[in-house]
Formats: sequence, structure tokens, C-alpha cells
Amino acid sequence: MSILVDKNTKLLIQGVGRDGSFQALRMMEYGTNIVSAVHPGREGSKFENKIPYFSSVSKAINETGANTGIIFVPAPFAKDAIIEQIDSNLELVVCITEGVPIHDMIEIKNYLQTKTTRLLGPNCPGIITPKSKTKVGIIPGNIVSPGNIGVVSRSGTLTYEAISQLAQYGYGQSTCIGIGGDPINGTSFVDALKLFQEDEETEAVVLIGEIGGNKEQEAATFIQNYMSKPVIANIAGQTAPEGKRMGHAGAIVTGESGLASAKNISLKNAGAHVVESSAYIGKKVKEVLS
Amino acid sequence: MNLHEYQSKELFSHYNIPIPVGFLATTIEQVKNYVDKLNNNAVIKAQIHSGGRGKAGGVKLVSSIDESESFTKSILGKFLITPQTGSKGIKVNKLLVEEATSIDREIYFSIVIDNNDYAPMIICSTEGGMDIEEVSRTMPEKIIKTVCSPILGVSNYKIRKICEELNIPKSLIPNFTEIVNSLYKLFIEKDCILVEINPLVITKEQKVIALDAKINIDDDALFRQKSLKDIEDKSQLEKLEIEANRNDLSYVKLEGGRVGCMVNGAGLAMATMDITKWAGAQPANFLDIGGSATVEKIESAFKIIVSDKDVEVILVNLFAGIARSDVVANGIINAAKETESKIPLVISMRGTNSEEGLKLLNNSNLDITTATDLENAANILKQKLSQGDI
Repeated sequence: MSILVDKNTKLLIQGVGRDGSFQALRMMEYGTNIVSAVHPGREGSKFENKIPYFSSVSKAINETGANTGIIFVPAPFAKDAIIEQIDSNLELVVCITEGVPIHDMIEIKNYLQTKTTRLLGPNCPGIITPKSKTKVGIIPGNIVSPGNIGVVSRSGTLTYEAISQLAQYGYGQSTCIGIGGDPINGTSFVDALKLFQEDEETEAVVLIGEIGGNKEQEAATFIQNYMSKPVIANIAGQTAPEGKRMGHAGAIVTGESGLASAKNISLKNAGAHVVESSAYIGKKVKEVLS
Repeated sequence: MNLHEYQSKELFSHYNIPIPVGFLATTIEQVKNYVDKLNNNAVIKAQIHSGGRGKAGGVKLVSSIDESESFTKSILGKFLITPQTGSKGIKVNKLLVEEATSIDREIYFSIVIDNNDYAPMIICSTEGGMDIEEVSRTMPEKIIKTVCSPILGVSNYKIRKICEELNIPKSLIPNFTEIVNSLYKLFIEKDCILVEINPLVITKEQKVIALDAKINIDDDALFRQKSLKDIEDKSQLEKLEIEANRNDLSYVKLEGGRVGCMVNGAGLAMATMDITKWAGAQPANFLDIGGSATVEKIESAFKIIVSDKDVEVILVNLFAGIARSDVVANGIINAAKETESKIPLVISMRGTNSEEGLKLLNNSNLDITTATDLENAANILKQKLSQGDI
């Protein structure tokens, strides 16, 4: 078991430009089963002489049975690609694209409420399940290993940092999931925690949050009420000044709840194991699990 | 992206939202001329990207030409310091000269994005003219929040309710309703993150007027808001932030720090800043070089860091996924040579091509201490601090 992606994942890739094609190769190398690609004007040809191109998502699904989609199209066109994939009833849509306008995300998020598709992202590194060698996204395959720790994070490279610390202490991962750095996104901390709680192979969860918004507080409420598995939490941005955007669109402190200190308190009160320094995530997992 | 008050008011007037008669001035002569035009009864307002201008002395009611002249001399071209600007303040290049308004009541009115309901939300209060954060702390019952629908917009019954709670006089309700609808339209059409009027006033003549205006546009939507992108006032940004912008780097200058940080990824960059503090020093900046950084981009990132006079040591933390460590190493080496920088470096480099990267750095004659990971980097920094090296 794992969450969201596994050996049954049949991936469709939309947007096969410079980044998309580079990452598609990395995913194939790792072991992901990419079955089709959608790119305007390329129908009839094949990516790397292997993966058939289609002009639309619905055609690609009909021909190849894809059940999961990944999007690399540029931000101005991301909304349309996400809606097309939702309308085609894919189970999971992962949007890597950074810089999707927030008004577009409002529309997408409201549209999703009436649909069965799960969206991950945008502005996220995607998801990886080491045991089945399934990677839908850009998390480097060589840093993960199979195991029982679930990882969920708003950040990309800080997730890699956490994974490498887990490796240092001998812990592999059930699934690593990056929910993305935007203020409105498809999958929240709570959604991911729910899946990890239900997943038999996940023993504990590492949650990496950052300043801005109140999604970590929502996670805290969920942890308090529903999580029986230990959660080890770290919040980045303790030294960030108020009112300044720290790279991610969502990483800006505009009120009390956005502060790292407020998030730490909520998580602590909810029974999560808060580790203040990002350098000690692995150490803390060891401490909690032994 | 922030708009100035005068730019926000120009947008308001396109949307038929009433504003005071006003003129934009950049010289003393213009100010005097406009004050004269307004019958020596005017308000002069410094146009900077910051709240709290009034308390900081950036807004002045004047009743004579002489008064306007001495105020303008004291502020135009000078740096105005508010609680939001930092200790250096922001330079005042433009002044808005407006007719003075006789105020009966002050209302707070804003539209924001509610990230929990995925919809625009109207926030208003009878306590206008005050710092709204302060109102929500001390009188939370005075804050009225109304979540709108992305599909239906703002329904009439919601506006009626707002009018009731704000105690809007019956005769002004049609007028007020029109303003709310126009503001909502502007908010959606211009990809706003914030539209704020504080205060929205009812004048003694029983007119509703937007006395102040603050608009913040989604940076990610500027590709389809070209006319707004064109009017961005870059002079309001930190010099180094402008340089970073030009090179597509995400950089924020932090006051009082002496450890320059260069990192890939926003989350890791924040974590690196935190580690710096844990080691006993303050970070001088946030800097995310992004995913697929080129040698040129790294060079400009390095130059931005070393041109910050506060920086005494540079902490590089790279966890390369898409980025390549050898490219980053070459960028650093080139830029260090070009700038003849003597600033010591602490470098942690992991991920794609990190062995090549570290080899390049170790062979480079630069003052480099390599760290194996985040914890090690923090310890090296701590040691350097305790030895008084930095």
C-alpha cells in the first residue's frame, strides 16, 4: 500500500516542452508507467519513439487507459489544462506549473467540488512512492527509499532535505507528497494526513509547513481529532519578516495565524511532535519512533 | 504588485467609484498651484508603498500656500519612515493633492481572497480610519465578514445586510450598493488580491467617497494585466530587489542581518534563514535561485549578495534536483573572481552533480568551508561566530 500513486498508475503527461520532456525522461528512468502524452500538433508521433502523442486528454485516455495526469504547461494555460483533465475524470491530476493566478485557482477549486478528481498542486514537486517505483512529479528518485514514513510538505527542496535526513537515520518512505506553495491548492495537509492515517504501510508522518495562511492549524485540528499515528512537524520561516513574500505565493505573513510560532503552538497542542530546527527532522523521527 | 493610492484612485474612477478631486504633483510649484486651485483647503498625501503614512507624518491638511510649501519641502524627495517601511524608509517622489473633505462618518471596506472558502470576501467595519488589525484585536465584534460566491458574485441580499450592519442611511443605500458592485467587478477583472478603502467616508453633504485607496494585484496574473504591469513604480523597491527582479530571482532584503544566504527552493531558503538564527546570527536576505538556474543567474545572485554591505559571510545551501551543482559552483567562482570578493563562504552542496560542484569549489582558491548538511553548516557558522572570524 501507499497513497495516491502505485504500480497501477498509468500516467498521461500534458505539456511536453523543455521542462516537461526532461522530467518525463526522469520519471520513465525511475520506473513510472507513462502511457500517453498530450501536446497540440504532435498527434501521430511518439515521445522518445515510445509514448504516443494525442491532441486531447479524452482521446489519450480512450486510447491508452490513463488514470493519472501530470501538467507542465505554462501558467497562462494551466487552468485550461487542469479543467480539461478534470472533465476527463482522471482520478488524480498533478499540476507542477508555478505561477497560476489565484483567481484561476478560485475557479478551479470551486469547479472541483462537483467532481471526483483529486488535484495535487499547482506549484508543487508532485508525489513519489518508492516501493512501486512510481514518481509523478520532479522529486529526485535517487534520494528516496521504500519504508514506512509518509512525508507531506508545502515545499520542494526542503522535502528533499527531510528525506535525506530520514535516510541518514535509516528511514524510508511510504509516499512523499508535495502539496505546493500556493495559498489555494488542490490537496491540503488534512487531505494528505487522512490518506496516510488510512494507509497500512505508513507508520508515522513528517509534515513540513511554512509561514502564511492557516492550513497547518487545520492540520493540527485533524491531528488532534483523528490521527493515531505520530506526526513530526517542522515549520519553515521563523525568521521571515511580516508582509514580505518569501518566494512561494502562500509564504507571506499577513496575520497572527501565518506566523511560524502560532503554527508550532497549534501543532504542539494537538499532540504533534514539533521540531523547531529543520536540521533535526530525522533525529526527531528517530526519537519519536524508538 | 502594489499600486499607489493615486493609481488605485484612477482605477476607481474608471469604475465610477467616487473619489475626491485631486492632482498628482512632483514639484513644489505644482503643489502650490493645485492648493491654490482647491481654494487653500487641501490635503497633501505622500505616495509611497506603505500603510501608516498618516501617523508617520506623510499626510497633511493645509489651509494656505505657505503651509503647503513648507510641508512639501519637508517631505518631497525625502525618505518617509513608517512602521511598515523598515528603518531606512521609502523615498517620496510624488504627492497627491486633494480637496479637503468634511467627514461625517468613516467606514472600513475591503475585498480580499478567502483562502479557506476559495472565494472573494468583503471585510467591513463601522470603525473606519483606524488600523484594521488593531480593530480586529480590540473589537473583533466590529469586523463584518461576507464571503462572496465565485459564481454568483456578491448577491444583493448580502449588500443589504452589510448596509444594515454598517448603519448606512436609507437614502444612501442605492449609492452604496453601486459602489460595492463596482469594487467587486474591479477586484475580479483586475486580478486583485486586495482592494482596500480606509476610510470610505460619508461626507457632511451625505455623499459616499473613497478617501483612501489601496490595491494589490496578483503578481502571477500580470501576464494578462499588462496595463497595470506598465505602471509599476519600481523606485519603491529596495535597489537590490530591483536587480533580483530583473534576473528573475526571488530576493528579499532582511534588516540587520550579516549572513548572506543563497539557496534553491523557497522552503529550503526559509529553513536556511532559520538555521542561521539558530547558529546565533541574523540572515541578511532571503534568496531563492529557482529550479533550473544558469551560470549567469548564479553570478547575478552572488553579485547581489556581495553588494549588500551588511554581509560578512555567505551561506550557500544547495539541494539540487533540477538544478546542477557544477553550474552553481561555476557561477559562484566566476562572480567571486569578478567582484574580487573576500567574503568567506560556507557551502553545503547535495544532489545532482554535487561531487563535481564541490571539487570545482575546493580547487578554486576561494575562502570556502564545505558543510556536509544543514546541521553541519549551522555548526560551522556557529564556530566562525564564536571565533570572531565574522
